[in-house]
Amino acid sequence: MSLTTDDIIFWEHGFFKLNATIVITWVLMLVMVTGARLITRNLSRDVHISRWQNMLEAIVSGINQQIKEIGIQKPEKYISFIGTIFLFIAFAAICTIIPGYEPPTGSLSTTAALAISVFLAVPLFGIEEKGVRGYLKSYLEPNFIMLPFNIISEITRTLALAIRLFGNMMSGAMILSILLVISPFIFPVLMILLGLLVGMVQAYIFGILATVFIAAATQAGRH
Amino acid sequence: MLIDWFTVIAQLLNFLILVWLLKRFLYQPILKAMDEREKNIAKRMQEAEAQKNEAWKEKSRYSEMAGSLEQQKESMLQKARQEAESERRRLMEAAREDHRRLRTRLHQALESERANLSRDVIRRFQEEVFGLAGKVLADLADTTMEKQMAIVFARRLENLSEEERKHLSAALQASAHSVTVNSSFSLASEQQHAIEAALEKMLPPGTEVAFKTLSEKGRFGPAGGIELTTDGYKMSWSVTDYLSTLEKRIAKILEEEIEKEPKTEKHEA
Repeated sequence: MSLTTDDIIFWEHGFFKLNATIVITWVLMLVMVTGARLITRNLSRDVHISRWQNMLEAIVSGINQQIKEIGIQKPEKYISFIGTIFLFIAFAAICTIIPGYEPPTGSLSTTAALAISVFLAVPLFGIEEKGVRGYLKSYLEPNFIMLPFNIISEITRTLALAIRLFGNMMSGAMILSILLVISPFIFPVLMILLGLLVGMVQAYIFGILATVFIAAATQAGRH
Repeated sequence: MLIDWFTVIAQLLNFLILVWLLKRFLYQPILKAMDEREKNIAKRMQEAEAQKNEAWKEKSRYSEMAGSLEQQKESMLQKARQEAESERRRLMEAAREDHRRLRTRLHQALESERANLSRDVIRRFQEEVFGLAGKVLADLADTTMEKQMAIVFARRLENLSEEERKHLSAALQASAHSVTVNSSFSLASEQQHAIEAALEKMLPPGTEVAFKTLSEKGRFGPAGGIELTTDGYKMSWSVTDYLSTLEKRIAKILEEEIEKEPKTEKHEA
């Protein structure tokens, strides 16, 4: 039994390898993009809208609302990034109800990639918003003494993001596998439900944290 | 090793691609559609608001119109009511007038009817009374009465007015000395003498007086009578004459009374 889907390798050529994590991610991406494309292909501008459109609008406007509540003035600018983090993690978690499915977020490589993207995105958004000087100045706040701590916190929170998500998702899959061995039938169903809940919560936490970091980088010192 | 760096890089790329794809196919179209829809709805709301305002204006205009119509209706009704009232009064007055006229006519008709009736009654009464009187006198016409009649006749001849006497004398002179005394009964000799004596003064000498008894009742009536005839002159006395004179006078009086009566009654009404 493998701890991570990275170990299931379909094809390998030197440094390049095609493992289950990448393949499952592609499948998820395909499904999500295709679904979005199908629904948004003919959107109604009228009062009457289709149920799928209604669902997507609810999701997008919900995300928008959440971002706004955290304090970002123009959520439309960041919704692509934050919304994709949330939707990807959430969709990966929801798919655990499919038998034999292993969430790519259960791989530390994936969670690390997500955390790194946040780690990179935060300064990028910050610089875009406040300029290089303005952004770098935020490391000296409230005092230049705080500079090392600010840098440390930047790195550690990225690590924490990656490890948190990985631990939660992997543990869910692991617990399920172990329980299936010791007590089949009803109990694993409950654990799947719990896993779904945990997955959704993690998606939410990851999204919210990313938003908070971006908000801190872009909005701090503005008012 | 939990972290496979190739996978990390691959997933990082995957994630960035997903971000771009979802931005392209999900967030942008949805947000755009939502914005447009919101605008659309706002526009519609605005339009609806404008229409509502318009409708309100229209409604107030109509209600104003309805109010004025109502007022107009009320005034027209009022006018019609007044007209109807005056028409009713006029008709009532006309009806009253008709009624009065008809009543008067009826009254007059009744009056004339009554007058006719009373005239009729009086006439019959008269007839009855005089019939009765005549009958009574006829029943009483016996010898004594006949004698008395002759005496009365003779006295009348004696007591003729001057004018009548002249008239009679003239007639007797022209009659070639013949005078006839007709009576409904036979005159006794003394009665004949009394009459002759009365005539003697007026008759020329040598004139014969002839006495005739006429059985025909119609000439003198039921009670009988005496008459003197000569050429161009006739003098008679009979109960019927008296009665007819009396009858004429009474009828005249009654006629006058009847004529008077309705006037007084009308005055009372």
